[in-house]
Amino acid sequence: MSEKVLMKGNEALAEAAIIAGCRFFFGYPITPQTEVAAYMSKMLPKVGGTFLQAESEISAINMIYGASSAGFRCMTSSSSPGISLKSEGISYLAGSDLPAVICNVQRGSPGLGGIQPSQADYWQATRSAGHGDFHIMVFAPSTVQEMVDLIIRAFDRSDKYRVPAMMFADGMLGQMMEPVVLPEGKDIKTYDKPWATNGHKNKRPHNVTNSLYLDPYLLEKTIRERFARYDIIKEKEQLAEDYMTEDADIVVVAYGASSRVCRSAIVAARAEGIKAGMVRPMTLWPFPERAVRKAAETAKAFLSVEMSMGQMVDDVKLAIDCRRPVYFYGRTGGVVPTPGEVLEQIKAINGGLK
Amino acid sequence: MNVIKLLININGRYSQTDFAFKRYTLICGHYGCGKTNLSMNIALDLAGRGEGVTLADMDIVNPYFRSSDYAGFLASRGIRVIAPGSAGTTLDVPALSAEIASTFETGSYVIIDVGGDDAGATALGRFAPNISEIDYDMLYVVNKYRPLTSVSGEAAVLLREIEAASRLRATGVINNSHLMGLTTVETVASTFKYAEETALRLNLPLRFHTAPREIAAALKGEKIYPIDIYVKTPWQQER
Repeated sequence: MSEKVLMKGNEALAEAAIIAGCRFFFGYPITPQTEVAAYMSKMLPKVGGTFLQAESEISAINMIYGASSAGFRCMTSSSSPGISLKSEGISYLAGSDLPAVICNVQRGSPGLGGIQPSQADYWQATRSAGHGDFHIMVFAPSTVQEMVDLIIRAFDRSDKYRVPAMMFADGMLGQMMEPVVLPEGKDIKTYDKPWATNGHKNKRPHNVTNSLYLDPYLLEKTIRERFARYDIIKEKEQLAEDYMTEDADIVVVAYGASSRVCRSAIVAARAEGIKAGMVRPMTLWPFPERAVRKAAETAKAFLSVEMSMGQMVDDVKLAIDCRRPVYFYGRTGGVVPTPGEVLEQIKAINGGLK
Repeated sequence: MNVIKLLININGRYSQTDFAFKRYTLICGHYGCGKTNLSMNIALDLAGRGEGVTLADMDIVNPYFRSSDYAGFLASRGIRVIAPGSAGTTLDVPALSAEIASTFETGSYVIIDVGGDDAGATALGRFAPNISEIDYDMLYVVNKYRPLTSVSGEAAVLLREIEAASRLRATGVINNSHLMGLTTVETVASTFKYAEETALRLNLPLRFHTAPREIAAALKGEKIYPIDIYVKTPWQQER
């Protein structure tokens, strides 16, 4: 299918997951991601897949553990409070080297928070998706089309590296509609999974999925081997878009819905003669350090814009070793910043530079 | 005047035709077909013609982009908005306003923005006994670019589900096929046949097609309702 269709972000996540070969979905409803599950419940049975509404998020993530262990592409989705409930299971997936895709269509928090869009789970996704020494890959779409493109990439990389991957969206991206082109399934790459617990048929030793190591030296060795894989991911999988950064004095760093706001603000700033640009991370782990570092060659200052109290701003500072001033602007609790607010920030920073 | 003006372009010769609204009009359809934006256009047009208009947001399925999110703007144009009890808050409680019962007694024009699919229309069923007793229109909005209703057969099945859930029968079809900001003359023109087929399958009249105001005049041979875009993302809105 190369024709454009109109899809809601949440539907696009679900449809593209099916195209990517996902055949098992386990979840529990929560606004603003419920359309992912609703779409899966309608469409997965039509392609021979299984949709199951679990009794809780904890149950759903552990069903993912089982389906992934058996070698299937599988997905669960939730919104912020539900992701916290899944965090134990995410740690188990990481500790057992199991691939899986987890969607977080973020909403205001902490606690039950609210149902409006947010990006306040950045630290959770990139630092602490569960207990222990591990990482998951984190993809940050900013359009409904990228919901499609990045989730297909997430399934691929998750299988390739045997690392769980998170689609890190927000309520705005989940609920908004945009035209998309859906790819054909025939281009989807699949991976052999000799580790899968799918029946040895007396032809190989039986596989065991496990995250329990009673010998600390063996556990340390396993973690070190996993971190060697993380180094490869950091080297090969950084993804970012450069927008008008070539000559930019002020480089905005923003992802997801807030990057859409920033794009409008940058156009307005350029119209006023201010050299503004943007590095838009499309992966948050690995953080696109190289793109930010490159922008620092011309940039005099950075501005991290987030729908949070300031979380990614730390990664921007780390990427450039604080060699330039890094400012922050954010709205939180479900409030989306306006292009006008971001423009004011850019102008204020520009005023300070002169 | 309870009418909106529809535009007809026959080989470059323009004429207008009136579409008369009944006092009670229900706008239903698939998720994301454009019910809210269309409901707002109709309400604003009728209000602009001096009619008293009530727009009732009966969408308790969607958390964002509901007509009640634009209540302030609509109120400034003299439109009475009835929002779900939780609208405008972040409370995720699907509760309808008791105020909806007043729409059966008001003398004004009433537009009901029904939630998507059969799930959204279930809430409407609670008022089916009241609505069945009055002279109403239930207009089924279709958009060919929505994947689950992209062929007339699928669109027809969905309406039957909406009718079953709402316990009301539709009275007409509106073609609202569009691709948001990428909508061109061809985008709309290529859906005329789909809309006609859908209406034929449902044995309902195709009332009109919609098109963004900028391109409406370029569409030939059909009744076009030129519409403005009110439902926008935060970054599309004016500073």
